Amino acid sequence: MNIPSVSMASLKERVASVSLKSVLLPLFGILVFVLLWQVGASRVHTSLGTFPGPTVVYEQWNSLVTEHQNERIKEDKFYERQEKRIDARQAKDPSYEGRLIDYTGKPTFFDQIFTSLYTVLAGFGLASFIAIPLGILIGLNSSVYSALNPVIQVFKPVSPLAWLPLVTMVVSASYVSDDPMFSKSFLTSMFTVTLCCMWPTLINTAVGVAAVEKDLLNVSKVLQLGWITHVIKIVIPSAIPLMFTGLRLSLGIAWMVLIAAEMLAQNPGLGKFVWDEFQNGSSDSLGRIMVAVLMIGFIGFLLDRAMLMVQRFVSWDKTQVLR
Amino acid sequence: MAQAELGYPEKEELKFGFIKLTDMAPLAIAYEKGYFEEEGLYVTLEAQANWKVLLDRVIDGQLDGAHMLAGQPLGATIGYGTKAHIVTAFSMDLNGNGITVSNDVWAEMKKNIPHDADGKPVHPISASALKPVVDGYKAEGKPFKMGMVFPVSTHNYELRYWLAAGGIHPGYYAPAKGDTSGQINADALLSVTPPPQMPATMEAGTIHGYCVGEPWNQQAVFKGIGVPVITDYEIWKNNPEKVFGVSSNWAEENPNTHIRVVKAMIRAAKWLDENNNANRPEAVEILSRSDYVGADYDVIANSMTGTFEYEKDDKRDVPDFNVFFRHNATYPYYSDAIWYLTQMRRWGQIAEPKSDEWFMKTAKEVYRPDVYAQAAKALIEEGLMVASEFPDFDKEDGFKAPQSEFIDGVTYDGKHPNDYLKSFKIGLKGDDQI
Repeated sequence: MNIPSVSMASLKERVASVSLKSVLLPLFGILVFVLLWQVGASRVHTSLGTFPGPTVVYEQWNSLVTEHQNERIKEDKFYERQEKRIDARQAKDPSYEGRLIDYTGKPTFFDQIFTSLYTVLAGFGLASFIAIPLGILIGLNSSVYSALNPVIQVFKPVSPLAWLPLVTMVVSASYVSDDPMFSKSFLTSMFTVTLCCMWPTLINTAVGVAAVEKDLLNVSKVLQLGWITHVIKIVIPSAIPLMFTGLRLSLGIAWMVLIAAEMLAQNPGLGKFVWDEFQNGSSDSLGRIMVAVLMIGFIGFLLDRAMLMVQRFVSWDKTQVLR
Repeated sequence: MAQAELGYPEKEELKFGFIKLTDMAPLAIAYEKGYFEEEGLYVTLEAQANWKVLLDRVIDGQLDGAHMLAGQPLGATIGYGTKAHIVTAFSMDLNGNGITVSNDVWAEMKKNIPHDADGKPVHPISASALKPVVDGYKAEGKPFKMGMVFPVSTHNYELRYWLAAGGIHPGYYAPAKGDTSGQINADALLSVTPPPQMPATMEAGTIHGYCVGEPWNQQAVFKGIGVPVITDYEIWKNNPEKVFGVSSNWAEENPNTHIRVVKAMIRAAKWLDENNNANRPEAVEILSRSDYVGADYDVIANSMTGTFEYEKDDKRDVPDFNVFFRHNATYPYYSDAIWYLTQMRRWGQIAEPKSDEWFMKTAKEVYRPDVYAQAAKALIEEGLMVASEFPDFDKEDGFKAPQSEFIDGVTYDGKHPNDYLKSFKIGLKGDDQI
């Protein structure tokens, strides 16, 4: 291939500027932060010892990993013992049908991450399932908007900590079953997340739908599109950017709300991990909480990135700057 | 004596709650040593945020049972606070609590305490040493505040007992008039703080002292924020502490499971006290794991291995600081239940006068030595324990002999609760009502 030397040079320049901006500067930022953290932490003394710096956090991370591995070994032994016990009982009483019971040991840090992740996705999923159709409806119809707006405005700023007691009591009272498919704690966390995180999606979808360009509306009229086709072909695609802004805000809120709800209600997840460690008051506690804090932040970041990728995939306007 | 073989458990999968305190040890040991599994029970142990949440979750069935304050099954059954029928067939331990005051209060108190030849304060310390401090606060118009863990907790009654014995009025409850703060006529204002938060609350200056179980007194010593002044062993030698509570519906539906749970816990309690506390270091290691109590090994070991550290570097031997099996610690005596009921009456939580028969009837509704006896007999039959380790079930009437080793020298006879109440200077008795 014959590449003109000028553009070759500019290409080099671009590569250099990109690697400086996307790799070196962030690295520099992280490095400065870690340094400040290490220096700052060593100066904060609490009654549980010095505030954890990066080295302590690294040690605690390793100990959490070891704990997780040990727990898995214990789990295997637990199942082995159980099988033996079932066999012994069947030998005595052939009509007995053994049923393997799930491991009863403590959830490790990583189990708690997993619990929190699926709880937040379930809550966020439910919120989106309600908020997007409702948002489209109130965006299209100004009368419905006027009717629902006061309710939305009043419930939007309510803190998760205020919803939680109500949700807990309602779930305990109404979800009664001998063989429940979901645990009550999962439902309480999930509904609290849903109640708190649906608003940005709802409002942004409504605004996006209401702001469809005149030209597009006219096109729809000229082509005499049916209502459903109009919504699917014209309204939703043009509302997508704002809808995603709402979804990303919602997901961020969902994640923050979940941790708070877990801490308050002692529902399984990262929030409970943090609270348990706080109550332990051991010399490792602060380090472990710091590991959890970093993990919560990192997962929040990943969730946002994931949402961004979905948006890139769905959005028709590939030139739009997304950040 | 032969009996029908104990049937299989009705419910194999169980979830028990506990609060992060060293006296939950029988549960942790029964789990870790496989005693629950040997009974065919698959138990999950779950730490609870506070005593109220724990009780509510036992009542609504989220928990099958829990490590409870002895006053909780009694309080719930007579309808103080929450109304629900809770029973217990297993007493978890004797002693194990302490009263801690902040450094400032201790500095003031110390002036009123005699010292021995080595210059160390003479124990036990009476609350009369605290009285001038409290009077000082009153004179300045400042409230003197102390923490305890729950309105019907052992800690509330122990703290009140100690204060009243030293001439400090801890205040009355008047539930009929809607007063559940327990601060009527009080010199010292007592309020609820969950156990693990005690040191932090005192450090923040919200309370000036507290009564709590271990390791939260020793934690104050380690953190250098307070000084334990007395253990409950010195207030009432070998007083009953926690119990294992289940709802009475659960007990009716799962009789074999209930007996098997008690069996596993009796074995755990025995293990904890075996060979003169030889297993305690191992128990401390288990308790210090973050899933159980989670505090540092050294903090837990301080009280669990037969010592107790009062002021920093003033570590003394208290071999019976926490008893799990000796002295028939696990047997649910009616007289223990009645003592708690007398204190509820003494401080007005039971507003109306009650007859001696009422005390007896209530104790029998809640305490279930019959279940305990079946568990013990099964253990004897299996050769895991011997009869001499238990009370003689054929003769046992559920009453300890009158006890007189209280800090104020009063004698307690569970058979005559109303007479017992009359022996106190401070407290409701007879027909008194607030």
